[in-house]
Amino acid sequence: MRFDFRNYISVIKALKRNKMRSFLTSLGIIIGISAVIIIMSVGSGAHSLIANEIQAVGSDLIVVLPGASEEDGPPAAVMGISITTLTLDDVKAVERDVEEIADVAAYVSGAATVTWQNKVDDTSLSGVTSNYMQVEAGNELELGRFITKEESDTITKVAVLGASVAKELFGSMNPIDERIKINKESFRVIGLMKERGSSSFQDSDDKIFISITTAQKLMLGINHISMMRAKVVEGADVEFVLEKVKSTLREQHDIDDPAEDDFTVRSSEESLAMLEDITGALNYFLAMVAAISLLVGGIGIMNIMLVSVTESTREIGLRKAVGATSSNISNHFLIQTLILTSMGGLIGIILGVFIAFVISLIVNYLGYNWDFVISPSSIIIAVVFTIAVGLSFGWYPARKAAKLHPIEALRYE
Amino acid sequence: MIELKGIHKEFVNDEVVTKVLHGVDLKIEKGESIAIMGPSGSGKSTLMHILGFLDTLSKGTYHFDNKDVSSLDDDTLAQYRNKKVGFVFQSFNLLPKTSVWDNVRLPLLYSNQKVDPKVIDEAIKSVGLEHRKEHLSNQLSGGEKQRVAIARALVNKPDIIFADEPTGNLDSKSGIQIMEILQKLSNMGKTVILVTHETATAKYAKRIVKVKDGRIVSDEINKVITDGRTLNGNLK
Repeated sequence: MRFDFRNYISVIKALKRNKMRSFLTSLGIIIGISAVIIIMSVGSGAHSLIANEIQAVGSDLIVVLPGASEEDGPPAAVMGISITTLTLDDVKAVERDVEEIADVAAYVSGAATVTWQNKVDDTSLSGVTSNYMQVEAGNELELGRFITKEESDTITKVAVLGASVAKELFGSMNPIDERIKINKESFRVIGLMKERGSSSFQDSDDKIFISITTAQKLMLGINHISMMRAKVVEGADVEFVLEKVKSTLREQHDIDDPAEDDFTVRSSEESLAMLEDITGALNYFLAMVAAISLLVGGIGIMNIMLVSVTESTREIGLRKAVGATSSNISNHFLIQTLILTSMGGLIGIILGVFIAFVISLIVNYLGYNWDFVISPSSIIIAVVFTIAVGLSFGWYPARKAAKLHPIEALRYE
Repeated sequence: MIELKGIHKEFVNDEVVTKVLHGVDLKIEKGESIAIMGPSGSGKSTLMHILGFLDTLSKGTYHFDNKDVSSLDDDTLAQYRNKKVGFVFQSFNLLPKTSVWDNVRLPLLYSNQKVDPKVIDEAIKSVGLEHRKEHLSNQLSGGEKQRVAIARALVNKPDIIFADEPTGNLDSKSGIQIMEILQKLSNMGKTVILVTHETATAKYAKRIVKVKDGRIVSDEINKVITDGRTLNGNLK
């Protein structure tokens, strides 16, 4: 096959004669390619959202949840089943026995109805230990102070308000030292958290923090904890510390066989990898669906090219009569298809990038930490698919045109 | 230049065999002007297609420039059509919505040689259309379209020009113009082979070959050649 640049000129002229049809034919490819680009960009954006979230929490965290879990599946505690195997004694044991751990925070959670004067707010209640602020990155106080160690070890009725709870109850008023009621118990407000913005899954602003002992004994009537989070000292091997935490807990719970663990220990990196797997799989599935739309676009192109071959039968006859060989004719139609698909691919890429950019603007405007990502692989996939569609769906019409007999083609009515 | 011996041609369509030519012998010298005449279905068009490398023969031999061209492959036939012959068809067959210049250039696209645009201008000038070379094919009259077709047939400087009923779709005045151009080409030494069923058109040629039922029934010198002078006389 030899390509002559003069072929391109005559092909482009042929396409120009049918501008509207050329555009409509490419539409399938335009939509397919832009869908692939958008889906892959949104997938990368969602991934960045998760990564940013983990980053905000801190990547050097180890999370301990009550209850066993499948190797890669979510622990039972996530499903809302309350398991009572983890206690504050375990937290103390980890703090004492694993020297590579800088801080451990324990959590219990429940629902709370908070009232101040005649204002009511339903929110979630977090009972935490005093080192919550050291363990969780990204939390800052706006006013006042956080719960102290003495307070978290005893039943002390003090509360730290999340930004949106404070806004709901107090508006722009300073809430410090005001007395509020949480589930009918009276608490003194000692601090106000800085607004974090609704970054991803959990709304950290719609929350009220009290001492963990108070939450367990006074509010919920339990002895267990919902979760502990441990911050690994800088430079330590997270995997190694993870194993150490596990063996400490086994000792604490008198477990010999790791298969009988009644707790789950994960690093935040592992959680990240799990989420990545899920979003990645979803992403590829959606990209496959978009690729199917490309296939449909390709069939549309083949259809129109067959019509075009039939329509220009006499022209093919003439070209053959003045000396065009079969390969000249087949190149003519193959190039025509390739130009149509490449134009469609190019417009599709531009359109896809543009729409993905608009989506990222909107999501960012809504307050999420979403990156605008166009990965080179999505562009490469788009280009390869475009050319593949052009070649495979252009081949048959081109072949049909090339096989026409000059006289029969010239006589075609 | 051309020598046909015992040419047979049959078409097979859905296992029905149609015999079109039954042993045609024909010799054509360089520079001749010949009209192949005959009623429709006589085989004159098929004969022209074989002569013009548009179709292959079923039996017999065809020598062109002393070379046997009886059984060439498709690509070589395409080369012969490109280099050796030019066609003028009854229905013009110009590229739609394409300029005169681009239409005339078409055979050069397939010649695999660097092309001097002057060649195209010259061909257009020889049919007197230099003032319309940028016009699109659909803006031309029938006679002008056929002149573009002649320019296109000339642009590769072929040895032979085939004209298949060149006046069939034209009014008589444009028809006369076209025939005069073809006659002028013949006078300049080009071999012109005209296929027609009209006696008036055939009279422009110096030799008239009559075909009937796939055989040549007469082959004689035309004694009363129509040319510009006699025509003008007739019109008066």
